[in-house]
Amino acid sequence: MTTTNLDTVDSRRRQRLDTVQRSLKSRHARERRFQGMGLFAVITALVLVTILFASILMRGVPAFWQATLYLDVHLDPEVIQVDERPVRQAAESPAQFRERELVWLNQLGMVNWNGLIDEALKAHLPGEIESRQTRDLRALVASGERFALRDRVMENPGLIGQTISVKMLASADVDVWLKGNIDRSLADSRQQLSAQTREWADYLKEQGVIRNSFSTALFLNTDSRSSPASAGLAGAFMGSLFMMLIVIALTVPLGVASAIYLEEFAPRNRLTDLIEININNLAAVPSIVFGLLGAAIFVGYLGLPLSAPLVGGLVLTLMTLPTIIIATRAALRSIPPSIRQAALGIGASRVQTVFHHVLPLALPGILTGSILGVAQALGETAPLLLIGMNAFVANVPSSPMDQATALPVQIYLWQGNELRNFFEARTSAAIIVLLGLMLSLNAVAIWLRKKFETRW
Amino acid sequence: MTVSVTVPMAMNKRTLESRNVKMSARGVKVFYGENEALHGIDIDILENEVIAFIGPSGCGKSTFLRCLNRMNDTIAGARVEGQIALDGNDIYDPSLDVVLLRAQVGIVFQKPNPFPKSIYENIAYGPRLHGLARRRAELDDIVESSLRRAGLWDEVKDRLDQPGTGLSGGQQQRLCIARTIAVSPEVILMDEPCSALDPIATGKIEQLIDELSESYTIVMVTHNMQQAARVAHKTAFFHLGDLVEMGDTDDIFTNPREQRTHDYITGRFG
Repeated sequence: MTTTNLDTVDSRRRQRLDTVQRSLKSRHARERRFQGMGLFAVITALVLVTILFASILMRGVPAFWQATLYLDVHLDPEVIQVDERPVRQAAESPAQFRERELVWLNQLGMVNWNGLIDEALKAHLPGEIESRQTRDLRALVASGERFALRDRVMENPGLIGQTISVKMLASADVDVWLKGNIDRSLADSRQQLSAQTREWADYLKEQGVIRNSFSTALFLNTDSRSSPASAGLAGAFMGSLFMMLIVIALTVPLGVASAIYLEEFAPRNRLTDLIEININNLAAVPSIVFGLLGAAIFVGYLGLPLSAPLVGGLVLTLMTLPTIIIATRAALRSIPPSIRQAALGIGASRVQTVFHHVLPLALPGILTGSILGVAQALGETAPLLLIGMNAFVANVPSSPMDQATALPVQIYLWQGNELRNFFEARTSAAIIVLLGLMLSLNAVAIWLRKKFETRW
Repeated sequence: MTVSVTVPMAMNKRTLESRNVKMSARGVKVFYGENEALHGIDIDILENEVIAFIGPSGCGKSTFLRCLNRMNDTIAGARVEGQIALDGNDIYDPSLDVVLLRAQVGIVFQKPNPFPKSIYENIAYGPRLHGLARRRAELDDIVESSLRRAGLWDEVKDRLDQPGTGLSGGQQQRLCIARTIAVSPEVILMDEPCSALDPIATGKIEQLIDELSESYTIVMVTHNMQQAARVAHKTAFFHLGDLVEMGDTDDIFTNPREQRTHDYITGRFG
């Protein structure tokens, strides 16, 4: 009796273990499948990101170096026939002086600067160059460089008669040709440069007259259509900077304040529920809709100027506010209620509780959310197109009311430029600059979070 | 079966003195939304006595404790009816500033919740908030005396600038008590102050409660009947939102009037 009993108990136990073991097998298999899928997803994502970055870097990094001519230009007084630089006389009114100065500037402008550059180039090139080849010769140099030479003489008229060494950007076509971004086997009719110019470019490169040098133009110049080689990001950078200042100045105080009010003080009722739903919905509204809103309200109704960073900043503020409010509320909600109770329990008012205890603890989260929101605004393009920030602007804006463009919009404009094989590289270079800015913003966010977290 | 009771020494001396009513409640009902959590509580709490609220989970003892300094105000949907008075003044009077009330009726929570600041700042926060110290030296005095009264001074005097969150659980709870004492309250509410602590730390807190009862009125909620028996002069038994019975601790534990109280303290339910 007892033995049979024991036997049945034992067999039941074994049965149970078998069942568990069988299910264990399929459980482990399921786990492995899931892990495998996860690993596959992560690896795919990593590979794609690597390809993206590699292609941007491979195209963009060479664009930071541009073909540059190192020339000795003789400032021939025979060619630069200008008067002495006018000096203001004691008896002269400012208007009279200005008039004389303008005459002098006009004389400088009329000088054949191209001729001087031609001479300097000819000194390095073999054989006799006829005047009908001047066109081919001038195709070597970026067209804006003659103005750089003029400005140098204008600043220092004492240079006239001397021979000065000058760094001049080669034209965009030469840059493309020398970097091999254009197929060398294409027929003449399909080349951007004449056969003669291409030959000279190769020769000068061989002679060391054309060298690759770091492209300061990319950072210091504004956009340019007549002289693509000297097109730069300075205008777009300042435009983006003004917009970011406006966005930070408006969204952070407004967003954080509304989040604190909604989370800590507002009564829970229909109205606050409605507000909450609307904020969450606004965060999901496509950004181009904010552009339409900005065009209608700020430009159309309030009459603010088109293409101004002020309007761009306001539009991006509207777009970023919900993100910051949601991030701040999440940060506030993550502070344990015991801290609030502790403060209230010793007689702190609600405002004191929030500002002395909750807010300092939530600060890392708020900062991270705000910086990520601002970084998102920095990379936003679509709404800016609708308020005219895709205009061609050849000046660095000096105030938020001036016309300007923005970094991502500049990328968009360059990508669509007709001088494709030059601007494709430029676009990638601009993307690298933008990504660099984003990464540094994110780095600041991480640094701030770490800093305030360790402060317990 | 009864629980053995040792009546605190301090109590014997004071039972003869006539004492004032410090806090009183009349017909206190609390609602969480539609749900009535307390069904009309009447109680008098005398000056300088330690009173323990006991009862099974969900009986409303913590809810009632939190009514005594209006911590229930912070819970959305909570509503209090009836009257609670401190020194004869209604504490739910709309003209009364709840901040002032909480400076008079301090609270210590179940889980130690020091601020994530230094030990010094934890204590100094309250007095600074209420402007109790004008000079740094006065503040230093308050910090030292509060920590001394909480029996923590010798353990932390060399590391006042260290984070309060770095202390052990029992030390943190004594820090919280010191923080409450620092604003010189008249009544201290304690919501299961020892439930998160080990027996040694619990012993220290209980000894501290006994000492503090010399100068404060202490109302504590506890799940531990031995603890109520050890430290409380009076004990109130709550059940399902009612105050079933209140009396001297030794009466409640040795000779309860109500059957429900008897069942609870003998462990028949709970």
